[in-house]
Amino acid sequence: MALLQRSFEIEARDFVRAGEASIEVQRILKTIGFDSERIRRASICAYESEMNVVMHGGDGEILLTLDPEKIILDVKDHGPGIEDVELALQEGYSTASLEDREMGFGAGMGLPNIKKNADSLEIHSDKVTGVHLKIVINVKEG
Amino acid sequence: MNPQERHGMKLSDIKEILHAEVISADDGLTMRVETGTASDLMSDMLTGPTNGALLLTGLCNVQVIRTSVVAGVAAVVFVRGKRPTPEMTTQAREHGLPLLSTPFTMFSACGRLFVKGLRGIEVKVPRP
Repeated sequence: MALLQRSFEIEARDFVRAGEASIEVQRILKTIGFDSERIRRASICAYESEMNVVMHGGDGEILLTLDPEKIILDVKDHGPGIEDVELALQEGYSTASLEDREMGFGAGMGLPNIKKNADSLEIHSDKVTGVHLKIVINVKEG
Repeated sequence: MNPQERHGMKLSDIKEILHAEVISADDGLTMRVETGTASDLMSDMLTGPTNGALLLTGLCNVQVIRTSVVAGVAAVVFVRGKRPTPEMTTQAREHGLPLLSTPFTMFSACGRLFVKGLRGIEVKVPRP
């Protein structure tokens, strides 16, 4: 049963607002009173995936769901999908543009860093429907 | 000093060491940073133990502020005299993130802080 659900729209190539959704996710988690390490891990996952949508994904959304056991981030976009998920999970592999890099991103650390910070990460990628990341941070220990 | 020892440093000390201008610091300069880190690559700021750290950067856009907030960076110093935009300053204030600007280059700014005792974010010193 979901205790709370909020969705945030993400616009492609909008570097002015990029990150706002994740900061809102962070604010909600702080208000609820999760411990700082979990909030940091969840916020980093949200931010990395939000930047991925802005850079690669076309428009998309972050859906934050809280249930008694998990913080769940469903990040969906309408982009062209990830061509090679295995490669994208390798540190340093990137298809980012020069503009992405000028903004301080596109180093090929995004997906690996999400995987590192999440308790579980599912990646669904399709050329037609886009990418769906399901990121879970466990609330309870163990 | 053992490189693994960490002492932290007050923002008021950092201001003096770096001849820095304080752009915003609503709580004054009594805040302590535990460690220091320097990068123009915001991706890298999201991968290490950067919470509580001072970030020195030559990048000057709003993503520096958002990355710092998400990563839990304690304060930001812009090098080479770069100054944040009003939008960046507003956002930093909203999140209580102090911003400073130093005329020194990245290398010199890092060196000046290091000799005064501020250490990096490495959890342990890598073996040669």
